[in-house]
Amino acid sequence: MSAAHDHHHGPAKGITRWLFTTNHKDIGSMYLWFSFAMFLLGGTFALVIRAELFQPGLQFVEPNFFNQMTTMHGLIMVFGAVMPAFVGLANWMIPLMIGAPDMALPRMNNWSFWILPFAFAMMVSTLFMEGGGPNFGWTFYAPLSTTYGPPSTTFFIFAVHILGASSIMGAINVIATILNMRAPGMTLMKMPLFVWTWLITAYLLIAVMPVLAGVVTMMLFDIHFGTAFFDAAGGGDPVLFQHLFWFFGHPEVYIMILPAFGIVSAIIPTFARKRLFGYDSMVYATASIAFLSFIVWAHHMFTVGMPLAGQLFFMYATMLIAVPTGVKVFNWVATMFRGSMTFETPMLFAIAFVVLFTIGGFTGVMLAITPVDFQYHDTYFVVAHFHYVLVPGAVFSLMAAAYYWLPKWTGYMYDETLGKLHFWLSFIGVNLLFFPQHFLGLAGMPRRIPDYALQFADFNWISSVGGFLFGFSQLILLFVIIKCIRGGKKATAQVWEGAQGLEWTVPSPAPYHTFETPPDPALIKAQ
Amino acid sequence: MLSKAKLWLGLALSTLMFWSAGLQAAWELNMPRGVTQMSRDTYGLHMTIFWWVVAIGVVVFGAMLWSIIHHRKSKGAKPATFHESTKVEIVWTLIPFLILIMMAIPATRVLTAAYDTGDSELDIQITGYQWRWEYTYMREDMNEEEVSFFSILSTSREEIDNSIEKSENYLLDVDRPMVIPTDTKVRFLMTSADVLHAWWVPDFAIKKDTIPGFINETWVIVEEPGVYRGQCAELCGMEHGFMPIVVHALPPEEYDAWYAEQQQAAAEIRELANAELSMEDAMAQGEQIYNQNCVACHQAGGVGMPPVFPAIAGSEKATGDRLVTMDTLVNGVDGTAMAAYGRQLNPIQLAAVITFVRNAFGNDTGDLVQPTEVNAYIQEGQ
Amino acid sequence: MKTDKAPAKNKTVVTKLLFAVVGMFAFGFALVPLYDVICDITGLNGKTNNLAVQAEAGEIIDETREITVQFIARENADMQWGFTPSATQVKVKPGEVNMISYKVTNTTDKVMVGQAIPSVAPNAAAGHLNKVECFCFEEQILQPGESADMPLRFFVDPALPSDINKLTLSYTLYDITAKSKTLKELATL
Repeated sequence: MSAAHDHHHGPAKGITRWLFTTNHKDIGSMYLWFSFAMFLLGGTFALVIRAELFQPGLQFVEPNFFNQMTTMHGLIMVFGAVMPAFVGLANWMIPLMIGAPDMALPRMNNWSFWILPFAFAMMVSTLFMEGGGPNFGWTFYAPLSTTYGPPSTTFFIFAVHILGASSIMGAINVIATILNMRAPGMTLMKMPLFVWTWLITAYLLIAVMPVLAGVVTMMLFDIHFGTAFFDAAGGGDPVLFQHLFWFFGHPEVYIMILPAFGIVSAIIPTFARKRLFGYDSMVYATASIAFLSFIVWAHHMFTVGMPLAGQLFFMYATMLIAVPTGVKVFNWVATMFRGSMTFETPMLFAIAFVVLFTIGGFTGVMLAITPVDFQYHDTYFVVAHFHYVLVPGAVFSLMAAAYYWLPKWTGYMYDETLGKLHFWLSFIGVNLLFFPQHFLGLAGMPRRIPDYALQFADFNWISSVGGFLFGFSQLILLFVIIKCIRGGKKATAQVWEGAQGLEWTVPSPAPYHTFETPPDPALIKAQ
Repeated sequence: MLSKAKLWLGLALSTLMFWSAGLQAAWELNMPRGVTQMSRDTYGLHMTIFWWVVAIGVVVFGAMLWSIIHHRKSKGAKPATFHESTKVEIVWTLIPFLILIMMAIPATRVLTAAYDTGDSELDIQITGYQWRWEYTYMREDMNEEEVSFFSILSTSREEIDNSIEKSENYLLDVDRPMVIPTDTKVRFLMTSADVLHAWWVPDFAIKKDTIPGFINETWVIVEEPGVYRGQCAELCGMEHGFMPIVVHALPPEEYDAWYAEQQQAAAEIRELANAELSMEDAMAQGEQIYNQNCVACHQAGGVGMPPVFPAIAGSEKATGDRLVTMDTLVNGVDGTAMAAYGRQLNPIQLAAVITFVRNAFGNDTGDLVQPTEVNAYIQEGQ
Repeated sequence: MKTDKAPAKNKTVVTKLLFAVVGMFAFGFALVPLYDVICDITGLNGKTNNLAVQAEAGEIIDETREITVQFIARENADMQWGFTPSATQVKVKPGEVNMISYKVTNTTDKVMVGQAIPSVAPNAAAGHLNKVECFCFEEQILQPGESADMPLRFFVDPALPSDINKLTLSYTLYDITAKSKTLKELATL
């Protein structure tokens, strides 16, 4: 293995360092920068949407282009921003947390990153093709995406294949690393929760990304080879598409939130200066959520006309998810209770995560109730719901993680004042952006429309103002990160007073190679 | 803490300003109660769950806020050392579970009622098309005159393009609404002729997908006469936002009168298909049909959106052989978004719109196509 | 020391996981027939049996019930043929065999192939509408201007749940000329 050759050497110079690197820290950094770039691109698409929806009437874009924007926004944010960001954190932090010198499969690690830019270049290039890019929503329901899809759909399918392969390789690597590379003394039940949640996430990825690959392959066959998986004309069934898609899609939702639980479970104890409450129950709750994610998929399809028994089953199973999720929230609150809290930027983001994610969870319980879901389904209420769990949920956890570990990555403290400013603008922006969307949905505004009736005008402009505030606030984050890389107050190895775990035993910045000899087992404490 | 308090105050004040500025506008916060037993049950269930959730939120966020205020390092709080308790974990697993059971019971009851489609007195087929709805009233036998029509957005393109002021029911108005009797069990049979759509009227608490090749059903008993509006709720392509639903609920006697009138009108249209159409009439009616059916893709002025939606102005198909124009309109174009209008418009409408596209936008063929000619074309394929 | 053994252990883990990946990819495809089986059992999507059944029709006739069976004929948006049932509805007794027919006309100037896809509402009744003779999923070739009568002989299973007294059989007619196997075979003759 190449890692064996350049022991004790620093990184190579120039572009080849990044092209051929097998170092988990380099690859982690590349994933994080890539996802940040995608976050800004997907965010720009979102701002196109919010600009068009600022007032009733068509102002800026054609309806067809609007649909391409909603589709691309969803695809880029899910597959380009949130997922790679978590993989980036996994690359950086898992070896440091479990006392491993690198990821188990460094060369595959390099490939799994480098095919991503190609996948997204292909996906985004469809916007410039004849007939435009995908315009059928990120859920790409057949037959809108097959019989009625634009010619560029084939490229979309290949892009999904490639990014799916990347995710699968990443997941294999994470599992192999966690199972085989733990330092002596690092038993499973001593692993930090971030490692635990990622292990479970990786298994979810292995289970469902191949199903997604299967679905798009069936689409490819329907479009080009005359099969009829989803085409009613040939005896297929469009509803089958939705079953297959959501069999992937619902676990996918947890793929985007479980690592966030891990991050928050690291940050809250640090700044409460108190051990995480109920570590064991956190592990079991994560596993239960992962299990339940496989038997609730049809709650996305309550209006397709399933038999009563099916509707009831999926309603009950979905409601059950509230139990382990509740346990997690209660544990975080119990960790804060009688702690000794300070409120640095990572903690602010983590607290906002708990509150706003819980609000998203509440609307999730409401959506689980089938008869009421008939009213909520495909309205802005749903948009508000999943953005609450994904933006102040997953994305806030990523920001918390960035602030939390930046000193370890760069060796410098970030600018706390700017960090707090970024937090407050994001917090206000995100609530202004998404909270009114609950009202819009309840009042009857369907999602994915470029223009709306007059009674929806007021909350829409508030939402758009919030959107622009939130969007532009992210430039502060970019500035803070660049500033922190270039210098600042030197960070200690410990960085945060209350921080626990192996990553805080190595110097800041973390040297290019760490834990080439396993850490002292005495350093490994129960979480 | 002080700076945070200021921030909140500022936020509250600015929110207040927004609200007072838009008082006359609609600030609808909640789901409509609606006009059916089902919609009221749904609303009740929605509010029950909502208050449960609020109560849980108050407890959880309250505990958190209390900790944040009192257990901060700046106040000299010393961290406790407790970090687990199986008893507590069991308690907060069981309590939510019991709450969920309490939520599930009424939910199951309401859902079961929604599935009882039996004993309907009137059945209406709802078919989704890109991008309009077709309503077909089921007849007792084949000899009865059939009432079947398309319901299309009637908001003008000028309103959408912001060149004129928007009307009260902007984007929620159609040319021909569905009409149903009140206090009558009406069963809807839903399907689609192309992609997925979803038929949704919030006041009825009905939302059901229309799926090509498959048939779905649901039902309604509307208790109050009135006009109820909704929209397509499943992404169905470009004009998804522009296919509203309007339902007029009339007292049963008025409904019967309306239905008889529609049957008569249907018979008259068949008669009229043999009559001669004047150039002025054809152009006027053709323009209206164009603006409802064609303008979304082919655009005002017939310029289209090449390369996906070709221009009509100066196009070979519109200015060449009239049979080609007729074929395009009646049979559609395979593999494109151009649908077959032969069964969606009646011969008079087809003749009018064919005449229109052959004589508008600078296409000056001078051709006047008659309904009889279109009818013959449809019947005999030439 | 642990890392010394790592490559071999990694290989086992990777192999197992790759098997899982391939397995799940195959499982995605296996869900297609599995879904059809589940639909057949539960009537999940209102799709009725693809084949005519030679069941014990007419053996038991339930004289106490009267079921209304409605017939709908629709064309897909890009299908130009005429398609109408001979009756909009019939009242039948469970177990009794009835017959209606659908008339289909090719009104275009091209040879075309059509195929009708059946669906039943409510979907709980889908498994109880038995067809003794039907044209579902059959390719129908019509010359320009040609018409055909497609007969449908059916009976309602006496086991139809007692709360259902009306069911609807809908056929949607699709233009499958481009995909038709029959037409291709004819062309090669």
